[in-house]
Amino acid sequence: MARFLRHFRHVMAENPVTAVAFALLGLIVFLALFGPWIAPYDPLATEATKTLRPPTWAHPFGTDHLGRDVFSRVIVATRLDLGIAISAVALSFAAGSALGCSAGFWGGWTDRIIGRLSDTIMAFPLFVLAMGIVSALGNSIENIVYATAIINLPFYARVARAETSVRRNAGYVAAARLCGASDTRILSTQVFPNILPPMMVQVSLNMGWAILNAAGLSFIGLGVRPPDAEWGIMVAEGATYIVSGEWWLALFPGAALMLAVFCFNLLGDGLRDLVDPLRRT
Amino acid sequence: MTTQPLLSVDALSVQFRTREGTVTALQDVSLRVGKGEVLGIVGESGSGKSVTAYTVIGLLGEAGRAVNGAATYDGLALTGAAEKDLRDLRGREISMIFQNPRAALNPIRPVGRQIEDVLLRHAQASRMNVRDKALAMLEKVRIVDPELRYGSYPFELSGGMCQRVMIAMALACDPRLLIADEPTTGLDVTTQKATMDLIRDLTRERHMSVVLITHDLGMAAAYCDRIVVMQKGRVVESASVRDLFVNPTHPYTKKLIAASPGPHSELADLTAVPDELEGAAPPAAPVAPPIPAPAGDDLLEVIDLVKEFPRQDAPGRWPWQKRDPEKAVFRAVDHVSFSLKRGESLGLVGESGCGKSTTSSIITRLLDPTAGDVIFAGENVTSFSAAAFARLPQRRKIQMVFQDPHDSLNPRFTARDCIAEPLRRLLGMSGGREIGARIDELADRVGLPRDLLTRFPHQLSGGQKARVGIARAIAVDPLMLVLDEPTSALDVSVQAVVLQLLDRLKREMGMSYIFVSHDLNVVRLLCERVIVMNRGRIVETGTADEVLNNPREAYTRTLVQAIPHFEPGRL
Amino acid sequence: MRTKILQVGRRLLQALPSVFGIIVISFVLTRALPGDPAVYFAGAMADKVSIEQVRKSLGLDRGWVEQFGIYVDNLAHGNMGMSLSTGRPVSEELLSRLPASIELTLLGLGLAVLVAVPLGVLAATRPGSWIDHLCRLLVTAGVSLPTFFTGLFLIYVFYFLLGWAPSPLGRLDILYLSPPQVTGFYTIDSLLAGDLETFAASLAQLVLPAATLGLFALAPIARMTRAAMLGALASDYVRTAKANGLSRATVLGTYAFRNAALPVLTTLGMVFSFLLGANVLVEKVFSWPGIGSFAIEALVASDYAAVQGFVLSMALLFVAVNLAIDLVLTLVDPRVGLDD
Repeated sequence: MARFLRHFRHVMAENPVTAVAFALLGLIVFLALFGPWIAPYDPLATEATKTLRPPTWAHPFGTDHLGRDVFSRVIVATRLDLGIAISAVALSFAAGSALGCSAGFWGGWTDRIIGRLSDTIMAFPLFVLAMGIVSALGNSIENIVYATAIINLPFYARVARAETSVRRNAGYVAAARLCGASDTRILSTQVFPNILPPMMVQVSLNMGWAILNAAGLSFIGLGVRPPDAEWGIMVAEGATYIVSGEWWLALFPGAALMLAVFCFNLLGDGLRDLVDPLRRT
Repeated sequence: MTTQPLLSVDALSVQFRTREGTVTALQDVSLRVGKGEVLGIVGESGSGKSVTAYTVIGLLGEAGRAVNGAATYDGLALTGAAEKDLRDLRGREISMIFQNPRAALNPIRPVGRQIEDVLLRHAQASRMNVRDKALAMLEKVRIVDPELRYGSYPFELSGGMCQRVMIAMALACDPRLLIADEPTTGLDVTTQKATMDLIRDLTRERHMSVVLITHDLGMAAAYCDRIVVMQKGRVVESASVRDLFVNPTHPYTKKLIAASPGPHSELADLTAVPDELEGAAPPAAPVAPPIPAPAGDDLLEVIDLVKEFPRQDAPGRWPWQKRDPEKAVFRAVDHVSFSLKRGESLGLVGESGCGKSTTSSIITRLLDPTAGDVIFAGENVTSFSAAAFARLPQRRKIQMVFQDPHDSLNPRFTARDCIAEPLRRLLGMSGGREIGARIDELADRVGLPRDLLTRFPHQLSGGQKARVGIARAIAVDPLMLVLDEPTSALDVSVQAVVLQLLDRLKREMGMSYIFVSHDLNVVRLLCERVIVMNRGRIVETGTADEVLNNPREAYTRTLVQAIPHFEPGRL
Repeated sequence: MRTKILQVGRRLLQALPSVFGIIVISFVLTRALPGDPAVYFAGAMADKVSIEQVRKSLGLDRGWVEQFGIYVDNLAHGNMGMSLSTGRPVSEELLSRLPASIELTLLGLGLAVLVAVPLGVLAATRPGSWIDHLCRLLVTAGVSLPTFFTGLFLIYVFYFLLGWAPSPLGRLDILYLSPPQVTGFYTIDSLLAGDLETFAASLAQLVLPAATLGLFALAPIARMTRAAMLGALASDYVRTAKANGLSRATVLGTYAFRNAALPVLTTLGMVFSFLLGANVLVEKVFSWPGIGSFAIEALVASDYAAVQGFVLSMALLFVAVNLAIDLVLTLVDPRVGLDD
């Protein structure tokens, strides 16, 4: 553990961009955990006398058409957006790596069936498929998570499959066979730890996509229902006021969304350095 | 060299900028190549031999920089010359060919067109006659049916043919200097000889000068006039071939010559020169007593082994054409039978694709045979599937040392974890102290310093990784070790030490070896008997000296003759 | 030659399982509704009789296999059911709106390619220069931008603040009449009709949404171009070309770029898939009367037949695009089809 921390510090010092990304991640997680206590106002409290106010010291991000404090709503929304993305990515990571590893390791029919399944999912424009899934399963946050998980599944399966199949015949796998290790043991102790670095990069990039997807779905009116605070739906609500110049309604939730996605995209490289033993000195 | 040399390099120093800071790759390197002379640059990996060539031809890239010294070609300064002038020179005056020829050709351009590109660039042909000239070059490099091959893509040609195409490109504009950077590494010995002979003939014909960069002293001896030995970015010795082999002056040269196995060298001689440069003597190699004639019963019997694979490159056929079963499968091992006595070492020799590695994988039960039996210690081990065999007690009696020491160690395991794996899995050891003690003992046995055990593979040198691989293989006291090209990825000096280690272990532990290799000279150092394979079949069997000195079969003869080697007596 | 024909044939055959898979999935999606699908498909205002009618036409009273058979048979006849919100067949609705979406998507993709490919090539040939840094920044920032947010931002700046762009409502300002329909693309149709004024007006409407899509597609294309070009420049064959003194133009063009173009072409398929999704969002932002807007209206109105018809036709379109890209690759790259 001490070794890991030392290595962590080393990676951070070497690449300041990664350090910034990790700091940003810390902020996002903090807001997700403690958002409701930090927000200065009740995110749902409307005030008819203070509608569409531009940013002031009292309301740093202004107020919306119902007089709600945009700042508080942006903060409180973090938990929902992050929650959807994390659950979706966790689901597709678990299922995708299991399927991909089996396909890459055993090949043959296992590979063909799993490959066909992921090809079929990939044959759809992914956001469109997510729309179809949510509309078929029913319009709820839970189904947004499932839809996002399903459309991300092939990416994990593909990475896991490719990385596993190049290692299937590695010398150390053969050596483990000579030690009498079974296939599942080889997969879990020899192969899986080695495919983790590329998988982690995929996780990081996918977190970004997952957030964007979920926000996009709620932007077109799926999943999250008003008056709940969520970045995508807040941008959608603000969209109407852009043409009349009330920019703050859409800008701040949009910027929060962008920053979160940007953070996860930057994290990708940093994560690769962290989990890759070859970078360890 | 009475006249002015064609190429001269004077006190050249080259540095590279890396993430860790500036690294000096060349230090005060000086050498000369006379007109019509063939100069060999010999050294182990990291000696700077390729960097020298790249600096000369101006392909060093952004990170490298010549900080001192100069390279001059026919009175023209190469270092510091404008890229535009160098470009005119390259291909026209100085050409270069590389190793791994298949990757060195543009994969999506017909090879004929690639030759044309060079001809047109240096105005050696017009649009009208360029095709004829390219075809003539293909003919010159002895490519069969040049008309057909003109339109081929690199992936459709063998490695040897690709190298010929590269030679054709390099010589198309009649340059006066050819730099060949390990031109035959990765090719089979017979192809290697054919390619080198071709280079020699064509360059002689044109009175060209050649710089041959190689790690193989035997090759340098066979094809060069003069040799420069490099080590760690410096030239340590420069002499005519004869002088170098008869009277080497620098200790590193002596060490290199001793470590290169020839047809008559003995295992103990390989490290006969004390390693003055490293400051530490290698572990005292016990002077090998004459190998006792293997007595005793058969440990292993291989009977009529066959292994077929579905063919990957089956030719395109219309859907209504029937699949030809002959063409659909590829027989990698074709009715192979042999036996191995207890305490004996058997060499399995052949070129790539001859079936030696497939045979050894079946014997180690990593692969199931299509037909045939493997009887090990009186039991038919082919009656178990590869997966079922993994759980049997016999599993630990057959172990293996792999070709690439890097690829065979899990990058996420420390050396200690790697060696512990078989102890835990096969001997059922669980106590940390018990395992630790055993690993320390094994490390001592293979000459791996104990403090290196906590390192990850990428923190170990090639020789150290090889030792970890050997320690892992002998950890469970196997009766038989299969050595799959255990030294082919190592430098010769490391190879010498590893071969001696393997020999000592065999005696101490009473193991039998199956030594799979493409190099007959290496095999004969360790093995009493040798099997020569070609296209899945056994060509010849006999004692090592018989096969090497008096081959009965024509194929064995070409194989033996193709091995480049030097015999100081005959120079 | 025979091998090439065989490869093309094989690639065409390979599309069949994809199409089959797509049909299976969209069939499952139409039946995945909790409860009685007939109730959903008939709509909220339906009475018992019309529900029965829908049940019958979908074959819901029969077994799964038979239902699937009916579904495929309907599709084969171009029948995707009736749209509840408009009362017209779904396929008709989609077809009439398709040109608007395609015109927008293609222009967006074209803009992205025109900017991204040169940018990626320049970045790769000058590593560490300002253009390389710009490329890297654009790539990371580009994938982080939500398209709907970019669209709104562009509207605010170019319509509200600067007043350069026309109001972001639809394909043509209400002052103009749509050109006589030939291709369905307003820009091309107005040119065909010789009506330059309408052409300019329709182009003005297109610029902002197309730029939004272009910004979105820019990042993956530039990233791939840069990576592929860097890989090609570091390759052994480029080293050989340099060692033979070939000119910089030949080395970069014939040797490096042609090789690097192959993976970029493959990436275009993926980008197209993303664009079809992003298109939905952009159409909503700019009130663009394409199939995306239609799908959103259908979603809001719980018009299931319309939504699933939209999903299915987008998938089929995407398969066709991928097929076209693969066929080009098969013809361009001599190695294709040998590793499977």
